[in-house]
Amino acid sequence: MNAGIPIQYFLILAAIMFFTGIYGFLTRRNLITILMSVELILNSVNINFLAFNRYLYPHKLDGMFFSLFIIAVAAAEAAVAISIIINIYRRFTTINVEDVDEMKY
Amino acid sequence: MIANQIMFFLLSAMIIVFSILTVISRKILRAAIYLLFVLVSTSGLYFMLNYQFLAAVQLTVYAGGIVVLIIFSILLTSHISQRFEPAGLKKSMFSAIAALTGAILSIVTILDYKFEATAIAAKEVDMRLIGKSLLSVDYDGYVLPFEVISVLLLAAMVAAIAIAKKSGPAKTQSPTLKQE
Repeated sequence: MNAGIPIQYFLILAAIMFFTGIYGFLTRRNLITILMSVELILNSVNINFLAFNRYLYPHKLDGMFFSLFIIAVAAAEAAVAISIIINIYRRFTTINVEDVDEMKY
Repeated sequence: MIANQIMFFLLSAMIIVFSILTVISRKILRAAIYLLFVLVSTSGLYFMLNYQFLAAVQLTVYAGGIVVLIIFSILLTSHISQRFEPAGLKKSMFSAIAALTGAILSIVTILDYKFEATAIAAKEVDMRLIGKSLLSVDYDGYVLPFEVISVLLLAAMVAAIAIAKKSGPAKTQSPTLKQE
């Protein structure tokens, strides 16, 4: 399935995706779009893990299991982050990071 | 150019275009849908790498779960037609410079490094092997991270419920305790 595609293509694709996520993380102000940028970053890391696993260590499964655990951690992170965002919205009626500057309970 | 190369370039073009659209789109719901496209194309890449199980997990957990969760929270917190004001020119310029510098640096490093091709026969990844590895305590076993991730998921679930619970006015003491 991956004949004729060098490993570098996958790594370059993951690097572009990663830094697109970084750009979004730096420029966005809405908390949910920041969370979406983080998802992009995690996804690009998964591509890297799987490409390394398939091309360099095809007799092992370490990369695959790491990606599996990353997906699980990303799901947990998204659930907690979204509950925090909804709580912030209830308290401040906005989820703009520049308006939320108070941690007083 | 053979068929799987065309497939790869199609998928990677989709990933790059839609991830850029995800971070620059000014309508938040559209950004979420672009993110969905990115995740689905990524699962196509996993199919190309012969990790069918992981592609299925990507489709169900990411595309089916996380994106739906994000869309729900978007609908709860903002108007659909609301448009973001664009980020300031200075901010977006410096962020673009940082991202481009990092991307160019890592691409140059990747192209510079000589990856050694292995001649080892690839292991067939089937469901039976994945299940056995997840529950084995041998050298190739992953039972410890499996247990840790299950505890983490439970803790995240409890935390999400506890945080998002509506906190009402200060509660009075419960009547059962008052009787003492």
